[in-house]
Amino acid sequence: MSTQVPEEQTEAESSADAEAETSVESHQERRMREKAEAHEYRNAQKEAQEEVAAADDSVQLKVFRYDPEVEGKQEPRFDDFYVPFTKGMTVLDALMYARDHYDPSLTFRHSCRQAVCGSDAMFVNGQQRLCCKTQISELDWPVRIEPLPHQDVVKDLVVDMQHFYDQMHSVEPYFQGDENAPAGEEQTQTRENREKIKMSTRCIWCGACMSSCNIAAGDNEYLGPAAINKAYRFYMDDREDQQELEEHRLRILEQEHGVWRCQTQFSCTEVCPKDIPLTEHIQELKREAVKSNLKFW
Amino acid sequence: MQEHDVIVVGGGGAGLRAAIAAHEEGADVAIVTKLHPVRSHTGAAEGGINAALREGDDWELHAYDTMKGSDYLGDAPAVETLAQDAPEEVIQIEHWGMPFSREDDGTVSQRPFGGLSFPRTTYAGAETGHHLLHTMYEQVVKRGIQVYDEWYVNDVAVTDEDDPEERSCHGVVAMDVKTGEVEGFKANDGVILATGGPGQAFDHTTNAVANTGDGYAIAYRAGVPLEDMEFVQFHPTTLPSTGVLISEGVRGEGGILYNADGERFMFERGYANNEGELASRDVVSRAELTEVNEGRGFEDEYVMLDMRHLGEERIMDRLENILHLAEDFEGVDGLKEPMPVKPGQHYQMGGIETDENGHTCIDGLYAAGETACVSVHGANRLGGNALPELIVFGARAGVHAAGGDISEAKIETGERGNIEYDDTEMPVTPGEAGIRESSDTTTAAADGGAVTQDPTAVVEREVEAERERIDELLSREDGVKHSQIRARLQKTMTENVNVFREEGSVKQALEDIRDIREAYEDVYVEDPSRTFNTDLQHTIETRNLIDVAETIAMGALVRTEFRGAHWRKEHQERKDEEWLKHTLIGWHDGEPEVFFRPVILEGENKTYEPKERSY
Repeated sequence: MSTQVPEEQTEAESSADAEAETSVESHQERRMREKAEAHEYRNAQKEAQEEVAAADDSVQLKVFRYDPEVEGKQEPRFDDFYVPFTKGMTVLDALMYARDHYDPSLTFRHSCRQAVCGSDAMFVNGQQRLCCKTQISELDWPVRIEPLPHQDVVKDLVVDMQHFYDQMHSVEPYFQGDENAPAGEEQTQTRENREKIKMSTRCIWCGACMSSCNIAAGDNEYLGPAAINKAYRFYMDDREDQQELEEHRLRILEQEHGVWRCQTQFSCTEVCPKDIPLTEHIQELKREAVKSNLKFW
Repeated sequence: MQEHDVIVVGGGGAGLRAAIAAHEEGADVAIVTKLHPVRSHTGAAEGGINAALREGDDWELHAYDTMKGSDYLGDAPAVETLAQDAPEEVIQIEHWGMPFSREDDGTVSQRPFGGLSFPRTTYAGAETGHHLLHTMYEQVVKRGIQVYDEWYVNDVAVTDEDDPEERSCHGVVAMDVKTGEVEGFKANDGVILATGGPGQAFDHTTNAVANTGDGYAIAYRAGVPLEDMEFVQFHPTTLPSTGVLISEGVRGEGGILYNADGERFMFERGYANNEGELASRDVVSRAELTEVNEGRGFEDEYVMLDMRHLGEERIMDRLENILHLAEDFEGVDGLKEPMPVKPGQHYQMGGIETDENGHTCIDGLYAAGETACVSVHGANRLGGNALPELIVFGARAGVHAAGGDISEAKIETGERGNIEYDDTEMPVTPGEAGIRESSDTTTAAADGGAVTQDPTAVVEREVEAERERIDELLSREDGVKHSQIRARLQKTMTENVNVFREEGSVKQALEDIRDIREAYEDVYVEDPSRTFNTDLQHTIETRNLIDVAETIAMGALVRTEFRGAHWRKEHQERKDEEWLKHTLIGWHDGEPEVFFRPVILEGENKTYEPKERSY
């Protein structure tokens, strides 16, 4: 996995390399030559994009653009990119191609390219998706790519994730098991209990769920599906078995902007790239909250 | 300027573990990382964490396997420290809530892995790294450790004595990716580089786009030697179209490899008569490429990895993530079809030279994780040994940097002690020549030769230098795009310094890298914005990749033997008389020099005798 530009794009260069070997040129000459080549290269790129656009097998991307400090981009707009389609191409591959061949200022987060770092959730053809695991062939063309809705846009496809992180941090998202567990000895956990929390531990913090949630859109303090799922992961883990701690976790979840806000629309569950049954987890915690409150009557 | 006791650069496994350890020692710690920690590439590790936890196993067996796997290029004190500390570290992360896979009795599961004499690889499904990363990030949140996420570290702030061994490190300079602002971070006690691997130097790699070898390049130019850089692990099972990793766990659970003739070639072609598919990674990668080169591959490119016979229940229990990866990135249903696989760049055994406490030869500068070379992995890393390295040496570096109590190191660093210099002739002059004199040479005395040693002034000077450098890059109106330069680098490295290496091809790579350096002189950043300028960041990263790739090629040329992952056509045997020594490359202010230091084979209770490495 790399950002490599396909070979045919560098042909101009390699012939230049051959030339360089046969003739001795001054530093100045070489610089001038390379500048001219760079110009040629860019013109060739423009032409290449036009050619690609005319070809049948190119996919048209309509990409949201915005930059707070660059003239012409301060007003959001959509740019068209025509990318040659290849089998197995993902939305992320297409974006990288457009950036590396046509416009280096095209900005988006991405890293692992295998659906584990959670950097590249975007709004693709009207739905929150992880770009690296979304095949171009499965989408209607042209493909419209926008930043995640309901978050501030920093630039192009990059949104400010701080609010998402704040919500994640607000549920005490860390194990608080027995501090005095004997050193050098693991705590045991049944296979069933590990299975119980398995799906909830898959969250990659991509923010797709939060972005898709109507309630989170209207109530900025709502914990949101990802944070509640994180709390579920610890609440259900039998290694955290002190009753006081469970009650403490439920109090956080039961607050005004907690689990009861969820209206079971399943939008989060639908967009989760890791197939986490978020809505079910929220419902289960509502039941736990009811059970716990009944105890005190 | 920000100020902390310990600054950790990088938010992956090693960085998080180091930060927690330093914090537990009472230090004021901050993590400065170009990605948010949970985006780090530790999250992509699949297979597991080797640790001798069970009866019938012990740390000495783990150390022996690791030493054998390293092809006797690991240093015994490092290897034994890894094996001794790993069990306690694994239990520690279990106590932090890591969701390990479990046995019927509720204990942590372990499975067999390549090159191991005991099934000691603890795991959490086929997504062990993801869980390790998140578990440790949770602990960082719990402790309130400050994280500067999406801050790109440009350089370290190091004093400018002539000898690197005399220098000291006082902080880092970083750019806020969101705003483009460049700021100094003063470190009162130490800086720990935990920046991960350099996979982007190659074009078929399991590494993330962010794995651009920043730490190696930063430490190298500051004066720390890079060690054993020629040893690059090519993982035998990556998906052909993307390089996505298919865990060794598949073979550990019983998956088999076969060629286009339907032969289970690891046995039938005699590559590893005992261990078969579970031979060491270098052995399996070479076997696969040999099969393909001799015409027995599929589409002249790959072989098949089959796990169907393991059955749906076992696959779903232990390898479910593999099904998703094969489906999403290769369109293959692993329950119904075999999966195409080929070798891909995966891991850099070599790295920033450190001792067992993560300390480099520069006072106050540490490294841990893939970017460091302690050296544990020597010429070849065993599967399941990267994650324990992160936590064991991450923790040790954190403790040492924070001034905690830790045993004194046995491994020597820097250009001192028992070293010898190399006289191999390079086809071209390596090093800075060809790259415009940039302001990041930390040793240039800024004000007419007056040596500045005041820590704050050292950081300030470095901040100024980086601001100038970035302003200059952004002011260029014309030139070559970094993406073109990076593509050329990846192409020559993949063609010439791959699994199979020849003298001529490695020299070709060095010549190409020289040309690439010259092209970089004219690099320009097209995006004029200061806001989230990834064009600028990638341009700086590409410079780092060039410096790192060059050390890989230099090491590959110098080492005239076949050891572990380093195969040389002209030298088809391991030469213990001559080559039981580490390759070290010092930057020497832009004029790199190669030198050697003997491997330490004397362990705590025994001396490891090099034996033939057969599987």
